[in-house]
Amino acid sequence: MICRSIIPLLAVTGTFLLGACGDSAKDKAGGVEILNVSYDPTRELYRDVNAAFAKTWKAETGQDVTINMSHGGSGKQARAVIDGLGADVVTLALAYDIDEIAERSPALSKTWQQRLPSNSAPYTSTIVFLVRAGNPKGIKDWPDLVKPGISVITPNPKTSGGARWNFLAAWAYGREAGGSDAAAEAYVTKLFANVPVLDSGARGSTTTFVERGIGDVFLSWENEAFLAQKELGPGKFEIVVPSISILAEPPVAVVDGNAKKHGTTAVADAYLQFLYTPEAQDLIGKHFYRPRDAQAVAKYADIFPKVNLVTIDDAFGGWKAAQDKYFSDGGVFDTIFAKIKR
Amino acid sequence: MAATESRTARWLLIAAALGFLGIFLFLPLVAVFAEALEKGVGAYMAAIVEPDALAAIRLTLLVAAISVPVNILFGVSAAWAITKFDFPGKSLLITFIDLPFSVSPVVSGLIFVLLFGAHGWFGAWFAERDIQIIFAVPGIVLATVFVTFPFVARELIPLMTEQGRDDEEAALSLGASGWQTFWHVTLPNIRWGLLYGVLLCNARAMGEFGAVSVVSGHIRGLTNTMPLHVEILYNEYNFVAAFAVASLLALLALVTLVLKSIVEWRFNYHHRGTGH
Repeated sequence: MICRSIIPLLAVTGTFLLGACGDSAKDKAGGVEILNVSYDPTRELYRDVNAAFAKTWKAETGQDVTINMSHGGSGKQARAVIDGLGADVVTLALAYDIDEIAERSPALSKTWQQRLPSNSAPYTSTIVFLVRAGNPKGIKDWPDLVKPGISVITPNPKTSGGARWNFLAAWAYGREAGGSDAAAEAYVTKLFANVPVLDSGARGSTTTFVERGIGDVFLSWENEAFLAQKELGPGKFEIVVPSISILAEPPVAVVDGNAKKHGTTAVADAYLQFLYTPEAQDLIGKHFYRPRDAQAVAKYADIFPKVNLVTIDDAFGGWKAAQDKYFSDGGVFDTIFAKIKR
Repeated sequence: MAATESRTARWLLIAAALGFLGIFLFLPLVAVFAEALEKGVGAYMAAIVEPDALAAIRLTLLVAAISVPVNILFGVSAAWAITKFDFPGKSLLITFIDLPFSVSPVVSGLIFVLLFGAHGWFGAWFAERDIQIIFAVPGIVLATVFVTFPFVARELIPLMTEQGRDDEEAALSLGASGWQTFWHVTLPNIRWGLLYGVLLCNARAMGEFGAVSVVSGHIRGLTNTMPLHVEILYNEYNFVAAFAVASLLALLALVTLVLKSIVEWRFNYHHRGTGH
């Protein structure tokens, strides 16, 4: 008897649940919505870019566009898109995470990186050190990070794109200083032995360093370091530029399958192309990302220090090779991490 | 002499209890409200009526409004089946009801990704029909129902066991139908326990973070519940707004606590009064 009364009730509830998904329809009142799945530190940048793009799109087509945002660690976000998060565009921290989507989901073509100028990376950044005011531990360059008693903050390379750039920048230094990959591994092992906590994303690490006051030096995206300095207390932090770092190219791509399904291909394409316009490039510089556009580069030239930058392609043979060697399960990072724990 | 000593001990115990409450309960509460109102009532209100915050509040209430009734239904049927009937596998069922309590919320969330994700068991079937389960409202509801389903059943099972089957058997032998028996005999006996379970269930449904975080997709204004929205605001250095939304959650919790105390008081009164 109980069963007989439960089943129809469950069916009613089920219908209600399914009904609820109708609400997330992409078109509302003549406008169009797209979803940009991005990594952690781009929140402030895309808030401005989205407003500017919505204005431009309205002027060109008369259509209202709403850009929904989702932020998180780059690897975690890629995972969510693979698992079915309906991103129309992805703007992640590194090419490998978008490669992974192309690899595991039919929604994205494997040649995505050739579709937009400059390796589909409309802005670049690099890795710098953020230290507390007055630089009390006297941190000048990479060798200072492995001294005993120095506490280094970085997110987890397994989940965070920024942390993978951190790891590779440190490796590039170790290899140049010691002349071999073995020397680099020894250096990076010592470096990670000085890391007290690994957050899953760059923003979590910023909070650890800035809000919770843990650590002497924070290996940070350059843009995140400038932002922390600006938002959280001018004069509380200083940026230290190391002798060598890595050129980080955070790429963007339209997820064709999702955009086609939502009927948003045109607006998604236009959105990413908009990132290369002088207007967006100026916003990019304003939010402390290094712009590509010559005019914006000139305008923000005195903000960004000149750094000796290695590239992922020259120093590590591209992201695929770097990912497989250093960050896959059982890769170099896992070996190093296991060694430290013991 | 002995009297003074015991009085000292009594005061020490009371002071310890109050001190503990002060540090772990009142201080954080005060801190939440102090941070939220740091820039004045205007900033506080602005943070709460902001569209993304309103969307988060609406979503949280919607999720609770769906998952609580579902769990009342489940909890009452499960408790009834377990206490009024004998069947094989009964103890196994009781164990399964406890499962969401013992499983980490993150795992609870991942279960649904494995089932309904694009590469999950049923993912392709739903994708063909253009039905989005995870990273959308249905997934959030499912995860919440899962983590909250023990509350009602767990509250009712001991109560109904204690009450036994005599009343129901009497009603049935006098010619009442099953439904009449439930409505006029069982329900009045369990109503305070049921209400208590519902309040606990509701509190957890509105406050759940872990499982919901895994299946949410974190889309602002669409799939962020209040706890997730608090985290996002905090990460964006928007502390006033983060604590304003957190204070709303705290208020909801306080209301629940007050209701809970009232129900508890009535429940004890009735429970003793009727002499079952």
